[in-house]
Amino acid sequence: MTGHEPTPASLAELCVVACAQAWRGDGVILASPMGLIPSLGARLARLTFAPELLVTDGEAMLVSADEVVEGWMPYRDVLRLVATGRRHMMMGAAQLDRYGNQNISAIGDWNRPKAQLLGVRGAPGNTVNHPVSYWIPRHSPRVLVERVDLVSGVGYDRAAGHDEFHEIRLVVTDKAVLDFGTPDHRMRLRSVHPGVSAEQVQALTGFELAIADDVPVTPVPTEAELALIRQRLDPAGSREAELR
Amino acid sequence: MTATSTGRVLGIDDVVREIRPGMTIGIGGWGSRRKPMALVRALARAGLTDLTVVSFGGPDVGLLIAAGAVRRVVTGFVSLDSIPLEPHFRRARQAGEIELTELDEGMMHWGLLAATQRLPFLPIRAGLGSDVLRVNPGLRTVRSPYDDNSEFVAVPALALDVALVHLNRADPGGNGCYLGPDPYFDDLFCLAAERAFVSCEQIVPTGELASAVPPQAMLVNRAMVHGVVQTPGGAHFTSCVPDYGRDEAFQAEYAKAAAGAETWDAFRARYLDGDEDSYQEAVRAFAPHRADRADAAGAA
Repeated sequence: MTGHEPTPASLAELCVVACAQAWRGDGVILASPMGLIPSLGARLARLTFAPELLVTDGEAMLVSADEVVEGWMPYRDVLRLVATGRRHMMMGAAQLDRYGNQNISAIGDWNRPKAQLLGVRGAPGNTVNHPVSYWIPRHSPRVLVERVDLVSGVGYDRAAGHDEFHEIRLVVTDKAVLDFGTPDHRMRLRSVHPGVSAEQVQALTGFELAIADDVPVTPVPTEAELALIRQRLDPAGSREAELR
Repeated sequence: MTATSTGRVLGIDDVVREIRPGMTIGIGGWGSRRKPMALVRALARAGLTDLTVVSFGGPDVGLLIAAGAVRRVVTGFVSLDSIPLEPHFRRARQAGEIELTELDEGMMHWGLLAATQRLPFLPIRAGLGSDVLRVNPGLRTVRSPYDDNSEFVAVPALALDVALVHLNRADPGGNGCYLGPDPYFDDLFCLAAERAFVSCEQIVPTGELASAVPPQAMLVNRAMVHGVVQTPGGAHFTSCVPDYGRDEAFQAEYAKAAAGAETWDAFRARYLDGDEDSYQEAVRAFAPHRADRADAAGAA
């Protein structure tokens, strides 16, 4: 390695690039990322292969790639946009199952939960109206579970009969990228991050994954992508804290 | 001042007297943003019980739960935003002390809209396939009467006895405007209620409203509002930009105190047991806080 080459990509940077891929091909829609790494991913997508994406400032303003205000998106308009389908959200999950059912509401018996979490928020409406992806910063059998305690976001099995606008696109974790590209929409290992084996991913997953004989490795960031992340999108390096 | 714009100015206690045990109260704002906290603090002191609270929930829900005023919460979430989980709501749910009607955010919006339109329900796609239907066994679905024959969730109207919202400015007659980036659903809360009360940072002469903001920021009018209260700092510790941002240091203090019974008793004695003036005075004495607020207001 010469002194002119950038420091190799960190895991957080790899995940930013993997998250960005979720919005590929979406067109002129609102990208709604929850969490810093998905936010950097959406902004990276817009700076590279998806300049048409809309992104908010985290409050009510739509901002361009140069952080110029280009429009207004208060909560009432987000809810209206949800029903038009012109949105792709990357949410988190306290629990996620093999069909992409997600729980962010409560752990345990809903009537008297062991742990009360946020509530279902917009997950039920998001998942039956527009594409949804998930970001799991810690791949573990406590998150990727056989059965979620409460279906907030609707997965493929539960969407049956209501699936006209339903799509769970990608699941990005700190170990791998997964999708639902199987005949019955069970979760599939799409790629493993460098240095991680398919067996390790399976061992950290609470249900059986669809795993091909030859699982590709998640693409590492290009020099151009690294430069954008490090110099333009997150010069303070806050991304690293989301994986600690 | 014209005759039509006078006579609706109230004190905080006048609003509290409008609210009786068992009522359904809608609270505007969103999470820890532009909540009518001065009115909520007064309700929490009033010894009310058995309220049903409809809210895109934040510390408004938490404070009323801590005061033992709440029987049921109707919401899609309760959060302090920068602190994801509301500690009082979390504790009360885990102890089985409150009932919950858990709805998708879009269903909340639709339920309020149905109430404003005097409709029993509105159809929505949100909720289909999810456990919102399981945990709300009273929810029904409807079939489209048209050729598509599709199934939808029939969101029941969320009719309110009383709505409480906080705006930046209002006139004495009940016209009000917001100066920040988001109206949230405050106008819907007011229209969905039998009686609606607006607290505001400042009551101004009617003529100053239209000169302060573009017309579309004049969110509520006299037909939607039954009383106006001037409560400077009345959204504290939630955000009320551009007048002030969220008081993050104080919110962290609130969340820390809420984690235990003794610490909460101390917090309540220091900040909540007195009236609104003594709350604001105690907040001014909270060391790191004033500078934060000035910075946030300046930055906004």
